[in-house]
Amino acid sequence: MLSSVQNPRILLLHCRWSKPLHHHRHYPKAIHAAAQAQAVSTSLPTSQIQIIQKSIHSREKTARQFAEEFLNRLRLTEPHVKSFLHVSETVLNEADEIDRKIDQNEDVGPLAGVLVAVKDNICTADMPSTAGSKILENYRPPFDATAVKKLKESGAIIVGKTNLDEFGMGSTTEGSAYQVTSNPWNLECVPGGSSGGSAAAVSARQCVVSLGSDTGGSVRQPASFCGVVGLKPTYGRVSRYGLVAYASSLDVIGCFGSSVADAGILLQSVCGHDKLDATSSKREVIDFTSQFLAKDYLESQPLKGLRVGVIRETLGDGVDQEVVLSIRGAISHMEELGCTVTEVSLPSFSLGLPAYYVLASSESSSNLSRYDGVRYGNQIVSDELSSLYGGSRANGLGPEVKRRILMGTYALSAGYYDAYYKRAQQVRTVVQKSFKAALDEHDILISPAAPSAAYKIGEKKNDPLAMYAGDIMTVNVNLAGLPALVLPCGFVQNGLPVGVQMIGGAFDEEKLLRVGHIFEQTLQGCSFIPPLIADEFKC
Amino acid sequence: MTKAFCSCAYSYGSQPNSCVCPVCMGLPGALPVLNSKVIEYAVMLGVALNCKLSLNSKFDRKQYFYPDLPKGYQISQFDVPIATNGFIDLDLPLEFGGGHRRFGITRVHMEEDAGKLLHTGTGSYSQVDLNRAGVPLLEIVSEPDMRTGIEAAEYAAELQRVVRYLGVSNGNMQEGSLRCDVNVSIRPIGQLEFGTKVEIKNLNSFSAMSRAIDFEIARQAALYNQGQSEEIVQETRLWEEGAQKTVTMRKKEGLADYRYFPEPDLPDVILKEEYVNGIRDSLPELPEMKRRRYEEMGLSMQDVLFLANDVNVADFFDATIANVPDIKLAANWIMGDIAAYMKNEKLSINEIKLSPQELSELIASIKSATISGKIGKEILLELMAKGGTVKGLIKEKDLVQIVDPVEIEKIVDKVIANNPKQLEQYRGGKTKLQGFFAGQVMKESKGKANPGLVNKILLEKLNATN
Ligand SMILES: [Zn+2]
Repeated sequence: MLSSVQNPRILLLHCRWSKPLHHHRHYPKAIHAAAQAQAVSTSLPTSQIQIIQKSIHSREKTARQFAEEFLNRLRLTEPHVKSFLHVSETVLNEADEIDRKIDQNEDVGPLAGVLVAVKDNICTADMPSTAGSKILENYRPPFDATAVKKLKESGAIIVGKTNLDEFGMGSTTEGSAYQVTSNPWNLECVPGGSSGGSAAAVSARQCVVSLGSDTGGSVRQPASFCGVVGLKPTYGRVSRYGLVAYASSLDVIGCFGSSVADAGILLQSVCGHDKLDATSSKREVIDFTSQFLAKDYLESQPLKGLRVGVIRETLGDGVDQEVVLSIRGAISHMEELGCTVTEVSLPSFSLGLPAYYVLASSESSSNLSRYDGVRYGNQIVSDELSSLYGGSRANGLGPEVKRRILMGTYALSAGYYDAYYKRAQQVRTVVQKSFKAALDEHDILISPAAPSAAYKIGEKKNDPLAMYAGDIMTVNVNLAGLPALVLPCGFVQNGLPVGVQMIGGAFDEEKLLRVGHIFEQTLQGCSFIPPLIADEFKC
Repeated sequence: MTKAFCSCAYSYGSQPNSCVCPVCMGLPGALPVLNSKVIEYAVMLGVALNCKLSLNSKFDRKQYFYPDLPKGYQISQFDVPIATNGFIDLDLPLEFGGGHRRFGITRVHMEEDAGKLLHTGTGSYSQVDLNRAGVPLLEIVSEPDMRTGIEAAEYAAELQRVVRYLGVSNGNMQEGSLRCDVNVSIRPIGQLEFGTKVEIKNLNSFSAMSRAIDFEIARQAALYNQGQSEEIVQETRLWEEGAQKTVTMRKKEGLADYRYFPEPDLPDVILKEEYVNGIRDSLPELPEMKRRRYEEMGLSMQDVLFLANDVNVADFFDATIANVPDIKLAANWIMGDIAAYMKNEKLSINEIKLSPQELSELIASIKSATISGKIGKEILLELMAKGGTVKGLIKEKDLVQIVDPVEIEKIVDKVIANNPKQLEQYRGGKTKLQGFFAGQVMKESKGKANPGLVNKILLEKLNATN
C-alpha cells in the first residue's frame, strides 16, 4: 500500500537500520520492505561547526567562502521558505574580519565563521527585534541578549533574525504579524512553532545553527517538523536576559543544528550563569563537546546498560500511528545500541496541557503589559489615556496574543486565582514529582516530539484548541524544567520527518547529547536534507 | 545605594531620565535582579520595629496600567511580607501632654517605586520621568492604634527617627524619601468594630498629617452626629494645604483588582537565622533605647526628647560625654549655645566646625577653671564658625584664667588706687559700687581674672579699715 503510491525520491529518504529489526510486529511490512529496499547510503550528519573550524584554521577554506555559500543558499531558498524577518548586511565583512584574524594568528573563538540565525524574540542591538509583533515594529533594543553577546564573543556571525509566532505564542509560525514561514520539506506545510523560522533556516541550510526559545515546545516541535536537531536546555541553563518574555517561569533559549554535535556546541557557547538573570543557574558548566566521537570510535553496543523509559501516555490515542511507528523504530534502534527499554507511566501527563496553558497565559498577561505604546513601539494618536492604551494594544497585538492575555487576566483575577493559577501550580508540582520518580528509574525518557508530523498551512489556524492539543508532548517538560533533545528518527508516508524526544534529568544535557549523538551516528541510511535543497547535497 | 533591581544609582533632583537603564525602563527582555542591600535594610527595619521576620518570603507582581509604571506591574510583596507583627514605642512631647505610647506594626514589605509624570504648563500632554522607577521602598503598615492627629504624626516622626538612626533612608519628606498615607475612621465609644475608613493622601509634613487627621475626624464626627453617617464612604481624599481641608479624590477604591501573583523572574527570598541574628546584633542604638538611657542618666524628659530627636545630635552628645562625663553641662551647651547657633546659621550639627572632642575639652577647661564660662562662650562661637582647638585658641589669645590671688590682689589694689572717689562713696555706705570695682578689675585683667577670687579679694580690700 505504501510503496505503490510513494514517489521514488521520497523513498530514498526513508531510514534503513543497520541490522534487521527485532520488533517486526511493531513495524508494518511495507515500511520495513521499503527500508530494506534502500540501497543508497547517505552520509551521516556531521558537525558543520567542526568542519568550518577545521577548514578555516587549516586555511583550506576561508570564513568568507563559507559565508558566501550559506548566503547564496539563503538568497535562493528564502523566497520559498521565508524564515527570516531580517538578514544582516555585515555577514561578509565579519567573515573577512575572521579571516584577517586567522591570518594574523589571533584568537577567533570556537564559533569563528559560524553563521547563526537568532529568533526575533531575542534582543540584538544592531538589528530589529520585533518578537514577530506589530507592536514592536522597527524596535531596536539598546543591548544584546546575553546569549547573543556570548555568540559574538565566540566568533559567531549573526546572519539574521528569524520568524516566529508573535511573542512565541503559537505552534505553526503562522501567528507572526509579518509573514508565514514554510516547511522546507513541503512548502505547503507549516514549519511548526513558535521557533519555526529558526528550525526552517537550519533545515534549508540557510545558516549553520540557530537559536530559538522553548516555553511549551517551541524548539522541539519545529525541530521535529523540519527534520533538524532541537535542544531545549534545563530551565536556568541559558540566561534569559534579552529574551523577550512570554512565560518567565517556563521560557528557555534553545538550540537548533543539523547534527547533535552542532546543537551541543552551540549550547556550550551560550550557557552558564548570568548575573543579569536571577533565575540562571550558578551550577558549573562542564565541557560536553568532547564526547562527540566519530562513528568509527564507537563500540558495538555503545549504549549498553542505558535505561530508557518510553512514556506510555505519549503513544496512545490522539497520536498519529505513523508517528508511533517511527518512535517504535527509534526504540528498536536504541535496543540495538544496547539500551534497556521499558515502558513507564506518567499518570499526570494529560494534566500538563491545561496547567501549562493557565500558567503560560497568566504570566504572559503580565509580561505583555509593558507593551502599552507609552515608551516604545507603535502608539496610536489619542487625547485620552485609556484609549491610548486600548488603541495601541488593539492595533499592535495579534488575535492569539490577545486570546492568551484575556485567558491569563481571567485566571489571575480575584475570585478565580485559586481555581486556575493556584491549581495549575499544584499540578505543576505533581508533574515535577512524577518526572523525578520516572527519572530515578531511568536514565532518559522517550516520547514523540509532537503527535503528528507537519500539517498544512491554514489547517489549524482557526482552531486554537486543536493547535494547543499539539503541544501535549512537550509542555510537561517545561513544567518540570527538564532538558530535552529532539532529533529526527524517521518519516511519515508523505515524506515529512518525525522527531523523537529524549528527556533527561535536570542539568544532564551531557547525557542527552551523548545518547543523541550515538543514536544519530548509527542511524544508517537516513538523510534529513529536505527536497528543496536535495539537489545540492546529492551523494 | 542603587535601585532595587538594577545597578542604576538614583539621586533626587537629577535630570529627568538620566538615572535609567533597560531594566528600570522595562524594555523587552530586561530582567530584575535583587540588590541584596534591599534585603539587609528590610531586615534591619523589621528587627528595629520588633517584627517577626519571614525566613522564606517572596516577591509578587502588583498589576495596573499607568504611564509612570514601565512594566505594567510593580514588583512588591503581597501575601508573605518580609516582616510582620511588630511594634514601636515612643514618648509624646510634653507640649502635647507627654506620655509613653506603643503602636502596633502590621507588616513591613519591600517594593519598587514608580516613575513620575511631569505635567506641562499648557496641560495638553504629560512627560514621563523614570528616574525614580525601581527605587527601593519599604512599606510599613501600622495597626489602627492612633487616636489623634498628634499621635499619628508622632508615630510617623518616630519612624523617621528610626530609619535615620538605622541609616536605611534619609527620611526626607520633601524628597519623597518618606511618604505617609493615613486611614481615618471613627466609631462610637464602646463599639468594637471600626467605622468606614477614609484614606488621605498628599500629606507633605508631620504637621499637615496631624491637621488633616483632626480635620477628617471632625468631618466624620459631624456627619455622624447629623445622622448622615452613610455619607462616610470608603474613598481616597486629598489634603488641601491652602484650604486646610480634605476633598474627595476618587471613590470605589475597593474595586481595584491588582491580580497579584508570584514574580517568576526572582527567586524566593530565603533568610538564614544567623543572617537575621547578625543584623540584630549589629543594630545601632535606636531612639527608644537612647531615650531610656538618657532618662536613666538623670536628664529631664525635655532634654531627653531634644537630644534623641536627631541621631547626629545624639551621637554628638554621646561622644562629648564619653570624654568628659558631665552630662548636665554637655546637654546645656548643646541645647543652649550650640542649638541657637545652628538655628541662626541654618546648619546641622554635622555642618558646624566644632567637634565633640573640642566641646568636651571646653567643658573640661571651664570645670578646671583654666578659662571662665564667659570666655568659654566666646571660644565656642569661634570653634563652631572656624574650627580649631580649645587649647590652641586659649594659647593664641592668652586667655588662661588668673587664679593666683597675689596677682589678682595687685590688680585690685591698682583699681582701688585709681578710683579714690568711688572708694570714698563705697565706704560712705554706697556698697552697690562693689559691682563697679569688680567690672574694672575684670576689664583690667582682660576678663581673665577668676570672678570668685576677684570678689573675695575685692570685698576684703574695700571693707578693710586702715
Ligand atoms: Zn536601571
